[in-house]
Amino acid sequence: MSVANIIVDGKPYSIEGAESKNLLEACLSLGLDLPYFCWHPAMHSVGACRQCGVKLYKDEADARGRIAMACMTPVVNGLRASIEDPEARAFRAGIIEWLMVNHPHDCPICDEGGECHLQDMTVMTGHVRRRYRFEKRTHRSQDLGPFVAHEMNRCIQCYRCVRFYRDYAGGKDLDVQGWHDSVFFGRTEDGALESQFSGNLCEVCPTGVFTDKVQASRPTRKWDLRTSPSVCPHCAVGCSTLPGERYGELRRVRPRYNADVNGCFLCDRGRFGQAFADSGDRLRHCLVKEAGGQVPAPREAAIAAARAALSKPGAIGIGSPRASLETNFALRSLVGADRFFVAISDGELALHRLMRDVLRAAGRRVASPREAELSDAVLVLGEDVWNGAPILALRLRQASRNAPNETAMREKRIPAWDDAALREAVQDRPGPFFVASPGPGPLDECAEASYRAAPDDIARLGYAVAAFIDPTCPAPEGMGEEREALARRIASALMRAKRPLVVSGSGLASAALVGAAAAVLSALVAAGQDARICLVFPEANSLGAAMLAAGGLESAARLLAGAPEPAALVVAEADLSRAAVRGDGPSLMALAVATIVLDHSPSATSREADLVLPAATLLEGSGTFLSFEGRAQRFIALRPCEFPVQDGWRTLDELAAPGREPRSLDGILAAIASELPELAAIVDAAPPSTFRMLGKKIPRGARRESGRTSMHANLDPRDPDPRLDPDSGLAYSMEGAIAAPPSLLSRYWAPGWNSDQSLHKFQSEVGGALRPSAAGEGAEIGARIFGGETGRAALRELAFGGAGAGAPGIPAAFARRGDALLVLPRRFAFGSEELSAKSPALATRIPEPRLFICPPDAARLGLTEGASAEIRFEGADSVPQVLRVAISDLPEGVAELPWGLPALPGAPLASWAAVRPSKEAAR
Amino acid sequence: MATPLSARMPAGGGAASFAGYRAAGGYLGLARARELGAPAVQEAVKASGLRGRGGAGFPTAMKWAAVPPPDGGERYLVVNADEKEPGTMKDRYLMEGDPHQLIEGLAIAATAIGAGTAFIYLRREYTRCALELEKAVGEARVAGLLEGLRLHLHLGAGRYLCGEETGLLNAIEGKRAVPRNKPPFPQVSGLWGRPTVVNNVETLCNLPHIMREGPEWFKALSASSDGGTKIYGASGWVASPGLWELPLGVSAGEVLERAGGMHPGRALRAFLPGGASTDFLPASKLDVKMDFDSVAAAGSRLGTGTMVVLDDRTCPVGMVLSLERFFARESCGWCTPCREGLPWVRRSLEALESGEGEMGDIEILEHHARSLVPGRTFCALAPGAMEPLASALKLFREDFEDHVARKGCRYK
Repeated sequence: MSVANIIVDGKPYSIEGAESKNLLEACLSLGLDLPYFCWHPAMHSVGACRQCGVKLYKDEADARGRIAMACMTPVVNGLRASIEDPEARAFRAGIIEWLMVNHPHDCPICDEGGECHLQDMTVMTGHVRRRYRFEKRTHRSQDLGPFVAHEMNRCIQCYRCVRFYRDYAGGKDLDVQGWHDSVFFGRTEDGALESQFSGNLCEVCPTGVFTDKVQASRPTRKWDLRTSPSVCPHCAVGCSTLPGERYGELRRVRPRYNADVNGCFLCDRGRFGQAFADSGDRLRHCLVKEAGGQVPAPREAAIAAARAALSKPGAIGIGSPRASLETNFALRSLVGADRFFVAISDGELALHRLMRDVLRAAGRRVASPREAELSDAVLVLGEDVWNGAPILALRLRQASRNAPNETAMREKRIPAWDDAALREAVQDRPGPFFVASPGPGPLDECAEASYRAAPDDIARLGYAVAAFIDPTCPAPEGMGEEREALARRIASALMRAKRPLVVSGSGLASAALVGAAAAVLSALVAAGQDARICLVFPEANSLGAAMLAAGGLESAARLLAGAPEPAALVVAEADLSRAAVRGDGPSLMALAVATIVLDHSPSATSREADLVLPAATLLEGSGTFLSFEGRAQRFIALRPCEFPVQDGWRTLDELAAPGREPRSLDGILAAIASELPELAAIVDAAPPSTFRMLGKKIPRGARRESGRTSMHANLDPRDPDPRLDPDSGLAYSMEGAIAAPPSLLSRYWAPGWNSDQSLHKFQSEVGGALRPSAAGEGAEIGARIFGGETGRAALRELAFGGAGAGAPGIPAAFARRGDALLVLPRRFAFGSEELSAKSPALATRIPEPRLFICPPDAARLGLTEGASAEIRFEGADSVPQVLRVAISDLPEGVAELPWGLPALPGAPLASWAAVRPSKEAAR
Repeated sequence: MATPLSARMPAGGGAASFAGYRAAGGYLGLARARELGAPAVQEAVKASGLRGRGGAGFPTAMKWAAVPPPDGGERYLVVNADEKEPGTMKDRYLMEGDPHQLIEGLAIAATAIGAGTAFIYLRREYTRCALELEKAVGEARVAGLLEGLRLHLHLGAGRYLCGEETGLLNAIEGKRAVPRNKPPFPQVSGLWGRPTVVNNVETLCNLPHIMREGPEWFKALSASSDGGTKIYGASGWVASPGLWELPLGVSAGEVLERAGGMHPGRALRAFLPGGASTDFLPASKLDVKMDFDSVAAAGSRLGTGTMVVLDDRTCPVGMVLSLERFFARESCGWCTPCREGLPWVRRSLEALESGEGEMGDIEILEHHARSLVPGRTFCALAPGAMEPLASALKLFREDFEDHVARKGCRYK
C-alpha cells in the first residue's frame, strides 16, 4: 500500500492505499464535503455527471489551476487540489443549475423528499435561483411492477441505475434509451422489473425517479420513520437491514450497511418480504381450541392452560430455523435438550449438521460474503446461490471479475476505480469462475465454464478437482475424459488463484456435495492455498437450530410415540406441514396429548393447535440469528410488542420457570453462552441492554420527528411516556445519544447529508467498515463463532466419510432408475421462503408451480410444455401431485420441482418419482 | 503543384479505377511498407511530419507509437470515415474519387501497428462511398493485396458522436456511442479492450504517397512546417463552393480565391476556417495560413480545413443557431454540461431569433461559452460547439443585442 501526501485547500493530508483511490474518495474519506452524483461507493467512477469538479494545481507556483473531476483524478503524491476555489465552486453550482433545468422541483410530493441526494447536493453547492426560462422536457413514466415506482421527469441522468441494474447486478430489462437531453431510463415497455435486486434502485437513484412503491402506499418522510438495526429473516445470508415504522406500521425496509455481509445492497425478498409482520391475519391473541374451533382467551388463562399441559412429563419441543437462537434455546430449556427438535426432517438436519461440522473444521476459512467477493477463483458445487442466497450471488458476480480486473489494472494501468475503463478492458470475459448445477442460472454468465449434471455427478466433479489438487485424496473412477479435463482445469485455476473459494450448500439436499466441497477445501489447504468455503443454509437461523436440536421431526415422532404416557408438544414459530417429510407433521400432532403453538403468523400447524400463544416477529422482538457463515447477528425490535404478543423466548421462559420473572435478552444470552460454549460469541453480537453512549440510549426516532404529541391524540390527548425497551441500548424516543456503535446504528444522517449517501460519514473510509464508536465497540457487525485454525484432518474425514461420520464419501455416478426421475427441489427468489411469501407485493411475483424436465425425458414420457403431469414419489403414501410441465435444460433423468411455494409446500427433497401424463388439470 | 491525393480522380467524376490506380504507382507504397516492416514505416511517417486530418492535428506517428508491443493478441486499425461535421465533405470526396488510395493507406497503417483486423466505420448516408469501397476492397482482395488483413466495412447508424474516436469504438462494439474516458487511450484499450488505432480517412490517404515517394518529398509538398497537402473546402455564399487539394499552409484567402471569391452581391464578414466547431475569424484574417499552428495562433483551429463563410447578408445569430441546433441534437447525453447546456444555448438563440430574446439570454450564452470548455465536459463535442458561439459573441455582439432591442432579426 502506497501512501500519498496531498494538499487540499492548503492543508496537508496523508492518504493510505492511494493507488486504489481517486480524489473524490480521498476527500470524502477525509470528511470533506464534495458533491457528486454518478460515483457510487460500490460502483466507482465513470466521470459522467461532472459534479465533483475541483481545482487541480500543477505545483506550488501554479496559481491558476484547472478544473478537473475529482472522481477521475488518481491520488498521487504531491497532488494539490482545492475544493473551495471560487471558480470550482461556481462550476459545481453551474452543474446543479444544468441538472435543475428539467427537474420538476416536485419535492413536496416526491417520496425522496427529505432524503434526496439531489436536494442535499443542490444546497451544498449554493445554487438557489433558476435562470432557465424555457419549457422543460418531459417523459412518460412506466409501471415497473409492485416494488419500484418510476417518475422519469425527476431524472438527472447520472446513469447509476443502469450501471447498477445491468453491470453490477446482471439485469437485462432496464436500459438507457434516447439521446441528447432526452435520455430515458426504463424498460422497453411497462412491466415488473425482472431483477431480484431491483429495489436497490431506490437508493442507487440520487433522486426520486425510482422510489419504493410499497412505502408509497403509506408515504412517510425519513425523519418521521423510527428505525432500528435489524437482520433480514428471509435467507441464511443475514443481511443487515434498517426497517422503518410510523404509527406502529412497517413502512419500508432498507439495507443497513454491513461491510462484511451485504455492503450497500439488499435483495427484493429482503426488502419487500417483511410485510408479513403487518399482515391482517397476524396472531395477536391467545387462542384456545374448543369444540367449535379456536377462540380467543385471556392471556392468564392461556398461560395456565399451557402450564397444565406441560406439567405432565415428557413434553417435547419443536424449534424452528426461522426463529431466533433465543427462542429455540428457551424452548430447549423448557423441554430439555434431548427433547428439543427442529421442524425439518431428520435427513435435512443431518445435512445441516454435516455442514456445521465442515464449517467448524474450516474455522477461519469460512468466507464472509465480503471475503467471497474478494475471491479470484470460484467453484460453485450444485448450490443455486442466485435464488437461495441472493446477496451472496451478487457478491460472487463481482468476484468473477476480480482476476480479469487485476490483469487489466496491471497490464493497462487502469485504476481500480475507473469502472467504465475496466469493463471495457475486461469485456465479458469471465475470470476463473465455475458453476456446476443441474439447471441453468444467472450465474452462468459469470462463469468460464458451466457443468450441467445430477448432484452425485457434480459431487464427483468436486472430488476429482480435490484429487487433482491433492494427489493423496482418493479420486472418483470412471469420470471420462471430458469431465476429467474439466476437473483438471478447475483444479489448476483454483491453484493459480490467490484467494480461491468453493461454494456449496443444502439446496439440493445432497451430503455428497457438501463432502465434495469439504474435499476441495481440504485439498487446497493441504496445497498451501489461502482458500475459503461458503456453505449455504436454507433459512435465517438454520445453522443456529442445527446447533441446538437433538433431532428432526421423525426423531421427535419416534420419541413421542414411544413415550410411556402421552405428552404435550410445543411448536415454536414453525409450520410442520412445510417440512420436507411426508405424513409426519400431522401425525406428530396426533401423537401429542396437546399441541401448543407459539407463532406470529397463522399456519396449518397453528390452526390445528390446542393452544396458540402469539409471538413477536423480529419487528417487535429482539434476538439473534446465526447466519450461514456462523455470524451471530442481533436484530433489535423496531416497535414495542402490543399485549399479549411478546418475544417467543420470553413466553417460553415464563412457562419454564413459573413464579420467577422471565429473563431479559441479556439473561437468555448469558445462559446460552454458559450452556453452549461454542455459541459464547453471540453475547458480543451487539452491546448489552445496559449499553449507553455518554449515559444515553440510542434513539430510534430522528431528532426532527414530527407528531409525537399528536399522533395518538385521538385516543388520549396526553403526551404518552416513551415505551421502555428492556432488551437493548435503543430507546423508543427521538431523544438520546447522537452516535452509535456499528451494530446499534439506527440511521444514516449527517448535517448536509440527509440521504443514505451520508453513509461515508459513518465509515472509517469510503467503502470500508463502519467506524467504531468511542465506546470501544468493534467495527464488525455481529460476531463469528467459527474462526479457529483449520482442522485439515477433520475436514478430510468429513469429506471422505468412513467411521459413520461426515459425508457418504465419493458417490457412484448418477444412474437413471428405470423410468423414474430424480426430482430435485428448485428454490425461487420469490415464494420459496415461507414468511416473505405472505407479503402482498412479493406474492404477485411468485411463479406458478411447474415440473421442470429436460426435452429427452419429456419426449420419452410423452409430455410437452404446459402439459399436465402426475408425479408420484417413491415410498410416499401421499396422493400424487399434478403439475404443469416446463421444459428446462436439465440432465436426463433429473427433474426439478419448486420448493416451498405457497401453492406447493413441503415436497420431499431430492426423491425419485414416477412421472406420467395426467388427464387431470394441473393446479 | 503536386496533388497526390486527388491526381487520379477522373475529371468527369466517378472513381479512379483499380487499373488506373495501379498504373499510377498504386499499392507500391504498401509493398514498400511491408518490405520495410513496422518500425521503419513508423519512422518514415514520423519524418514526414504527417499530422492527423480529422480535426485535432495530432502527429500520426506519435499516435501509432503509443501502441504497446505485440502480446500475441488481436489489435485493430479503425478508419474513421464517419464524416459528420457540418460543412465538411473532404473524406467523401477522397473515398468516392479514389477508394483504393484509402485501402492502400489503411493497409499501410495496419502494417505500421501490426493490426490483423481493420474496420472502416463509414457514415451510412455515404452510399456512393460504400459502393466504391466495397468494389475496391473486392478488387484488392482478389489481387492478393490484403493478405493477412481482415477488413470490415461497417456502416454507422448515424450519430455525430460516432465520429469521436472512442464513441466510434463503442458503436462498433454495439454499445451506445458515448465517449470513453482517456486514459486508457484506444492504443492501449480500444476495440473490445484491445490495442486500437483510429485514423481519419484523409490521414490514411497520405500514407501510400509517403511510402512511395519518401518523407522528404512529402514535407516539401507543404507550405508549412507540417508535411503534405490538404483537401481544403469552402461553403456558404461563395461563388462556387467546392474542395481543392492545396499545399498545407496556403492562406485562407487563396482557398476563397479557388471558390471564385464571394457570391456576387455578398461580402465576406467572417469565416469558420475548419468546419462547424471552429472559431469565427473575421474577414481581416483572410491572410492566415491554413495550417494547424497558424490558425491556432490566429485564435481558431484548422479543424477539417473546410471553411464555412459568413457573408454580410446572413444573420450571424441565425447561423450560430443553425450550428447549435445540430450540436444540441447530437449531444450523446452522457455528461451534464453538454446534455443540458447545449439545449439551453439553442433555446436562448431561438428566443433571440424569434424576437423573444432578453438581455439575460445573451448572458446565458456567454455563461455557456465560458463554461463548456475542455476538461469540464467529458469530450470535445460541447467545447467544439462553443467555438463558433464564443467567437460570434465577441465579433458580432451588436447583432445579438440588436435582436433584443429590435425584438427580431434585421436580416429577415
